[in-house]
Amino acid sequence: MLPPVFGVLFDGIAYGMLLFVLSVGLSVTLGLMNFVNLAHCAFAMLGGYVTVTLIDQLHWPFLATLPAAFLAAAAASVVLERVFYRRLYRASDLDQVLLTIGLAFVSVAVAAYFFGTLQQGIETPPMLRGSTAFFGLSLGNYRIFLIGVALLVTVLLVGGLEYTRFGAQVRAAVDNQRMASGLGINVDRTFAYTFALGSGLAGLGGALAIDIVGLDPNFSFAYLVYVLIIVSVGGLGSITGSFFAALLIGVSDIAGKYYFPELGAFLIYLVMLIILMWRPAGLFGKR
Amino acid sequence: MTSVDSTATPQDYLRSLSRWHPIEIVFWLATLVPFFLFPDYLSLASQIAIAALFALSLDIILGYGGIVSLGHAAFFGIGAYAAAIFSKFVMGEPVIGLFAAALVAGIAGFASSFIIARFRHFTLIMITLGLGLLMQEIANRAHWLTGGSDGFQGIDIRPVLGIFRFDLYGYTAYGYALATLFVLFLATRRLVNSPFGLALRGIRERLVRMPAIGAAPRAHIQKAYTIAAVMAGIAGALLAQTTQTAALESISFQRSADVVVMLVLGGAGRLYGGLIGAVIFMIARDQFSGIAPQFWYFWIGLLLITVVMLLPNGILGGLSDIYARWRRK
Repeated sequence: MLPPVFGVLFDGIAYGMLLFVLSVGLSVTLGLMNFVNLAHCAFAMLGGYVTVTLIDQLHWPFLATLPAAFLAAAAASVVLERVFYRRLYRASDLDQVLLTIGLAFVSVAVAAYFFGTLQQGIETPPMLRGSTAFFGLSLGNYRIFLIGVALLVTVLLVGGLEYTRFGAQVRAAVDNQRMASGLGINVDRTFAYTFALGSGLAGLGGALAIDIVGLDPNFSFAYLVYVLIIVSVGGLGSITGSFFAALLIGVSDIAGKYYFPELGAFLIYLVMLIILMWRPAGLFGKR
Repeated sequence: MTSVDSTATPQDYLRSLSRWHPIEIVFWLATLVPFFLFPDYLSLASQIAIAALFALSLDIILGYGGIVSLGHAAFFGIGAYAAAIFSKFVMGEPVIGLFAAALVAGIAGFASSFIIARFRHFTLIMITLGLGLLMQEIANRAHWLTGGSDGFQGIDIRPVLGIFRFDLYGYTAYGYALATLFVLFLATRRLVNSPFGLALRGIRERLVRMPAIGAAPRAHIQKAYTIAAVMAGIAGALLAQTTQTAALESISFQRSADVVVMLVLGGAGRLYGGLIGAVIFMIARDQFSGIAPQFWYFWIGLLLITVVMLLPNGILGGLSDIYARWRRK
């Protein structure tokens, strides 16, 4: 028999894993290009709405919509990257912040126009509903699935970065962009692919998030703060950093809500500020 | 910016900047027009004056100092709550309330400036965002003091200087807000056209070279940040006093984002950028949100994208480019 604190811990880990899928893409793109992309969660929201539409209108099974959410967000990000982002790679932080806040604003209004401002929910397949008993705890099946997906994503990402040619190029570009392009790596193209991959993961995260936190047009901003916190705490460009930061934030958020509900989000903001002041480059950041 | 020949001394350059241009005088005379022509819109006009003051305060740190802040509403909100609390528990005289709010916001700004001055770039953006959210959460949780999400109850504002009573149409509100804006504008004008203002621009252009010419960038940033916090606090206090309410909205991330949009829209790093941006933003919001409130942000987003892509220096920057090209022909 395990005490209930493990149940809270489990929920926190599941939530942290969701945040990890949502934020890892931003971490890599920020580390690679120093591009402050505040529209990252708009791609997540797009993935979420793709899943909702496919299930409600075309009656796809939930699991089949996940790759679709990934592809839709990745495709949208390629278009936006070609049209807007690439012109501002060398612009100031302020310009990047403004452009991407503008895109996020537009995404909120567009989502409200097509889907209304109501919270959307979805029907998950029977095997992901209910819960499994485990040493006296009842663990939500969907949360177990979520942790599985996140671990799979982590293994694929870390493996891909460590053992493929493309991964080596990305690592080289993160470490030293000038040197990498001097060695004949096309940094711009590497970035475009990474950007699509990261936004696709955000789309996947948005689709996975519906069952846990719901989906409404404010998603673009509501989770942006969490994502930014994870990225800055974990350190730019660090997958391991994002992973542990997401765990830390997920567990402290859920634990805070269980044990200190009167504090609200206060705890999370404080944790972020203290870590940033202590280590401006994040826990695992190099710069 | 006016161009000067290379033989001029720095004093000449600063003096040429601080000379009043006829357009400026026309602009300030035009701010009096609402009293006579649009008496129905005086409450909107006072909102614009307050937003303009807030944008002007951000201009000092963002436009001149190059410090991007996504949490500037923290000081606006602190000023608003300070003025509200002062009027309830101490006295209802608005002008003294402004000073009280300025003092509280200034202390908060000075305290946070020690953190702000240490960081740059992405970390700085994240820290300003985090501090802003932290203040919002504190205001939300301190229900006993601020009223939390219900809003502050019991503001009691006396007539300005004991003479001008706040009326239903907003004559006093607009006059009071406009007078405060003008006084602080003069102060800001003096500030940015001083050697201190030049040092700020130097920090914006290249921080690491400033110590080489004997300037202390951190001290300058701290000073500028505190001054900007004081002005933002006064703007917040004006809003609380003229609308007789103080709500969580005044300290929200939304307000921080809005003021950045206003400033950039008008043109950051120009004295009138924030003012023009506030006028356009507030009038556009008033018009558009009448049609469909939830889609107002679509237009703001589109406007932001357009400004960043096509008018990197804002509307005033674009206008001055056209003017310069016309002069050359």
